[in-house]
Amino acid sequence: MAGSVQTPPVEPTDEPALVETDPLTKPAATPGEWLRLNLFSTGSNTVLTLAFGMLLGYAVFRLLMFVFVTANWEIVRVNLTTFLVGTFPRGELFRVWVAIVLISVVSGLGVGVAARRRGRAAPVELLRTAAPGLIVLAVLLALTRTPTPALMVVASGLAALAARSVGVRLPPRAGRYMPVVYVAAVFGAYAAFTTGSPLTYSNFQGLLLNVFLAVAAITLSFPFGVLLALGRRSTFPAVRVVCVGYIELIRGVPLIALLIFGATMLGFFVPEGMTRPDQVTRALVAFVLFAGAYVAEDVRGGLQSVPAGQVEAAKAIGLSPIKTTRLIVLPQALRNVIPALVGQFISLTKDTVLVSLIGLTEVLRVARAVTRQEGFAGQGLQAETLLFAGFLLWSVAFTMSRASQRLEKRLGVGTR
Amino acid sequence: MAGGGEAVTSTTQTRPPPWRDVRVLRVLSQIVFVLAVFLMLRFLYTTLVGNLRAQGLPTGFGFLDQPTGFDIRGADDFRPSQPIRDALLVGYANTIRVAVVGIALATIIGVLLGVARLSSNWLIRKAAAVYVEAIRNTPVLLIIAFLYFAVVLAALPGISDAVNIFGAMILSTRGIWMVWGEATQPLGPFLAVLGVGLAVAVVLGVWRTRRFDETGTPHHRILWGLGAVLVIGGIGYVALGAPVEVTMPTREGRLVTGGIELQPTYGALLAGLVIYTASHIAEIVRGSILAVPKGQTEAAQSIALTGFQRMRYVILPQAARIAVPPLASQYLNLTKNSSLAILVGYVELTRVTLTVIGNANPAPQSVAILALGYLVLSLVISAMANIVNRTLALEGR
Repeated sequence: MAGSVQTPPVEPTDEPALVETDPLTKPAATPGEWLRLNLFSTGSNTVLTLAFGMLLGYAVFRLLMFVFVTANWEIVRVNLTTFLVGTFPRGELFRVWVAIVLISVVSGLGVGVAARRRGRAAPVELLRTAAPGLIVLAVLLALTRTPTPALMVVASGLAALAARSVGVRLPPRAGRYMPVVYVAAVFGAYAAFTTGSPLTYSNFQGLLLNVFLAVAAITLSFPFGVLLALGRRSTFPAVRVVCVGYIELIRGVPLIALLIFGATMLGFFVPEGMTRPDQVTRALVAFVLFAGAYVAEDVRGGLQSVPAGQVEAAKAIGLSPIKTTRLIVLPQALRNVIPALVGQFISLTKDTVLVSLIGLTEVLRVARAVTRQEGFAGQGLQAETLLFAGFLLWSVAFTMSRASQRLEKRLGVGTR
Repeated sequence: MAGGGEAVTSTTQTRPPPWRDVRVLRVLSQIVFVLAVFLMLRFLYTTLVGNLRAQGLPTGFGFLDQPTGFDIRGADDFRPSQPIRDALLVGYANTIRVAVVGIALATIIGVLLGVARLSSNWLIRKAAAVYVEAIRNTPVLLIIAFLYFAVVLAALPGISDAVNIFGAMILSTRGIWMVWGEATQPLGPFLAVLGVGLAVAVVLGVWRTRRFDETGTPHHRILWGLGAVLVIGGIGYVALGAPVEVTMPTREGRLVTGGIELQPTYGALLAGLVIYTASHIAEIVRGSILAVPKGQTEAAQSIALTGFQRMRYVILPQAARIAVPPLASQYLNLTKNSSLAILVGYVELTRVTLTVIGNANPAPQSVAILALGYLVLSLVISAMANIVNRTLALEGR
């Protein structure tokens, strides 16, 4: 390699820790040793640490100053409910709480059943997983002005805990029925909004709309995507061509183009005399059409990863093609792509903010609108409201990505 | 199983009745499927055309020739009397402008971040991890909104007390100016000279590579090529009497002269896309580096390569092979996400299309053109990624 004259540009990011030894075999280092090893191992590393540390320190200082000193959080405090549910009728807010309690009871039940099957998770690990949610809860409660939300949170927390202790005591077979229970809970939550009131999901606004669109789009696009993927791998050339065409067409187009398509054009496809779908439905249709194509590609990866021998074995014992797919291929394929699917669903959740561009009042639009309120207009409070909206969405997405990482580890994907 | 034994033994197999013959059924079911798809599409199409007619909207693409009727911010030589076709092209050019610059910047920052996430320096490793986790889980639209509404519009100073960075950049709510080269005479001859320089550089590169293959002396093909371009370009620059002049932006009162003006909307959009995409690229780079077998690092260490050399010559070339397909899909995402510019008002393809629709032009055709524009871009990027992928792919053994 003759003395490599190619000088590294500025500071080489020295010594990538590719040789990082197994933490188990490494003897515990003293704080001094740790500092030397991790921050000042070489001359250039020391320079890097000092220069970068100062820069970082300044940035963190400015951020903390902004969050705790200069920022005016009053605008978020006043509009907290608006951020979460928009103009959802305030008299009907109890419906939101009923839905939250229902969901937390079912989650508690699920955690209990899971704990029964897998044994108790270490408290530290549990805390790490729940951390984003807990932070959000703390921030939200710090911003509320009445004690009611705190009481409601405590109540649903207690309900979840009670459900968990029930879940632990359930027979082992209960785990099998949990997916059904989850789906029932989602429908139950929706029923809580609609029964005995003129409200439908087109009344949803703020974060509630983001969450609704995400859940509904995920639920609907999943079966659609699986069908598309099966179609793409079908032995029927005609089916294959149609599915490939659809998937490639949708994946080549930005989501916003589909949302515009939904908002401006969906009405054109409804025969005259029929009622045109409302804006939320149009957005939902666009999301399902869009996400279906992406789910299909993930599932296709999984289908390809199922060894051909599995299909041959199924044939050998005389299973029909449909049964082979349903009982042998799909379960293995889906298990292999759970992480990819969760990743897809995370970006779908993040993409729900795009509906603000076609005029729906989701959380980003609320954040922009409240800065024009009387008393807050012209004060340059965009940073506060956008940060808050971003924080809410970040916590949802981050919790999902944490969960998917845990899932990946548990399933042992990628490790042989 | 037992019943089927008879059929197998008879050599001249009697075909089952057509309604139980798999081959017939396969063809039939496909015909039914295609027919169903066709009927559905036809139903949608006739409803669409019927609805368009009922609303008095044209069903063809003739509207593209009508005058646009609106100005395009940032495109000074565009006249509202030009046809809609031209407006769409201006928007498309702006989309490509964001995509090309964004892809280049996001790749550089993303690779640096990805390598930083594996640094042995704890501070750098953790800072990169926090960056990636914070940005990756935030919607890109929100990042763009924050950069534009909270940073550009709210935090930058007004034009009269604009920030000046070493005279090379002026930042204000009104606009962002940067140093730029300005042509003082027609650029044709100078570009031709540069082209010659590039050609010479390629020849030199091939020659150095061949010498390296033959003798093993260091090839330095980058240095040689760069040198050739600089020398030839320099000679041409002097000989042609300085055809390009560097102008610094200078501010007098509320007026800025010289340099190039970047629209704040472009800046916010570009920065948002780069910040967001870089966090995803960082994860791809990290994963690809980790996927290179450890033995490679150890082998590189055993022949006494430094950390930088290890990365440059051993790890990154192999990681690149793994990273290309997911990188390509990130590039596609960035390109498609440029459509989010409609939030801040940068005039690219989606924005122009929306305005066109808003001016009482038919939505279906406009959206079709919009989709076609992005499809073409996607195809081009995928094709390029495939070429790169093929050149990097391992020779099969």
